[in-house]
Amino acid sequence: MKYLCLIYDDEKLFATTPKPEIDKMMGEYRAFGESIKKSGHHIAGYQLQPIDTATTLRSRNGKVSTTDGPFAETKEQLGGFYLIEAKDLNDALQVASRIPSVKTGSIEVRPIVEHPQANAQPAEALAGSSAA
Amino acid sequence: MTHVRDQVDALYRTESRRVLATLIRLLDDFDLAEEALHDAFAAAVEQWETEGVPANPRAWLVSTGRFKAIDRLRRDARFETGGSPMIDSLEASPGPLRYDDELEDDRLRLIFTCCHPALSPDARIALTLREVCGLTTEEVAHAFLTPPPTLAQRIVRAKSKIREARIPYEIPERAELPERLDSVLHVIYLVFNEGYLASSGESLTRADLSAEAIRLGRLLAELLPEPEVIGLLALMILHDARRAARTGQAGEIILLEDQDRSLWNRAQIDEGVELVERAIQSHRFGPYTLQAAIAAVHAEARDAKSTDWRQIVGLYDVLLRTDPSPVVELNRAAAVAMSEGPAAGLALIDSILVRGDLVDYHLAHAARGDLCRRLGRVAEAIVSYETALRLTTQTAEQDFITRRLDELRLTAPR
Repeated sequence: MKYLCLIYDDEKLFATTPKPEIDKMMGEYRAFGESIKKSGHHIAGYQLQPIDTATTLRSRNGKVSTTDGPFAETKEQLGGFYLIEAKDLNDALQVASRIPSVKTGSIEVRPIVEHPQANAQPAEALAGSSAA
Repeated sequence: MTHVRDQVDALYRTESRRVLATLIRLLDDFDLAEEALHDAFAAAVEQWETEGVPANPRAWLVSTGRFKAIDRLRRDARFETGGSPMIDSLEASPGPLRYDDELEDDRLRLIFTCCHPALSPDARIALTLREVCGLTTEEVAHAFLTPPPTLAQRIVRAKSKIREARIPYEIPERAELPERLDSVLHVIYLVFNEGYLASSGESLTRADLSAEAIRLGRLLAELLPEPEVIGLLALMILHDARRAARTGQAGEIILLEDQDRSLWNRAQIDEGVELVERAIQSHRFGPYTLQAAIAAVHAEARDAKSTDWRQIVGLYDVLLRTDPSPVVELNRAAAVAMSEGPAAGLALIDSILVRGDLVDYHLAHAARGDLCRRLGRVAEAIVSYETALRLTTQTAEQDFITRRLDELRLTAPR
């Protein structure tokens, strides 16, 4: 079962954090990344650029609008994520509780929807539609 | 033959939660297990008439329920394309009944799953009362003064989270146990308090909910005799022992110090005190055991005056160290008022309120009003009671405060 661990942190707080502390946190993230690779939980994980680099798109009645910034302004911002493979929610929560930002921000754990049929025969489905 | 039906009804009361707990493990789905449970009991009524009651009815019900669920899945699968991997894995699984220990573990699995911290507190309570205690959705809704559709929705959402987020059906590991057990104890205590204090509405005690919470506490103490489990059970039993003395004939509140102690249930007090002693001897006790110990000191006193208030203050001191909270501080202040006089208690309450804590808590103002009244500071007492009255939603408490206010206004200088 796959879970997405969304890492929320206060960017403003981060901007004023002294460098030694940032380095320490980065070190903790590296160690965490290594540990979940070793345990087999790791699928993917990335840090995101700050929210002022975000662009939000909407299409209504065929008209696309593009706006600067994130979908919603919040106290904590989505700063990165891990996609992990875990046995069940307890296992996923156990992994998520070790993400370093759990101490400063918060981690949202979301199960990934798995479509059994789509996963079982994706190639055939595609081949069928292109032949028709 | 009403005889078999009676036997099945009796079995439903004693066994249905056990059977359900095991079916959820075997079928890995709450809804499917509930349907299977009803199918199994329906089959029992029919088959036992002709075939007689089996030697081990519980085992019969579990295995019948499991087969009925497989039938149900097969019927549903006919309308869908492709096979059902679930049916295959169910049919391949080993015989459903293992050891009795395993079955008792299923009941713990059910409790821990219903009280999982990933579910909302409201959902934990609703799910526990429905699945573990066997109350209907309507009964739970009625007890919590919630519209049944809202409650049903809450349960549906919780079950769907268990399924979709894959909350495992298991007893937590040693390392997780303290946190997970806290969540279970909290649910049980909230159910008890809802029955005992009734946060709003007309009836001060909704005895059914308290009885249900005590039953849950007993079950948990039997399955997992951790000190705090025993402490919570003791606390609930000791509070419940005073039930008959807590309200007058018109349903009005009678304070602890004014209660007719001959109405206290001695058998319950004896049991509660014995449980507290057991929990304390473990030396691993926590806040529930300490609160139970305080309740035990009250229970053992002949009247308010001869209560060992010093010991109660001492127990509150320990409680404040392990589980600090303004409410505990307030209770300690009330005990100090009894042992050292109302002025000492009032100073403590004022220091809490000045900090900005408990300013919206009606009992803080009611306690302050009471101490001012005892000190003869009538005008202040009236102001505090008026604040308390504004903040309480419970009819019996409103009546109590109104009575106090009436008495005070009679003595107040014009």
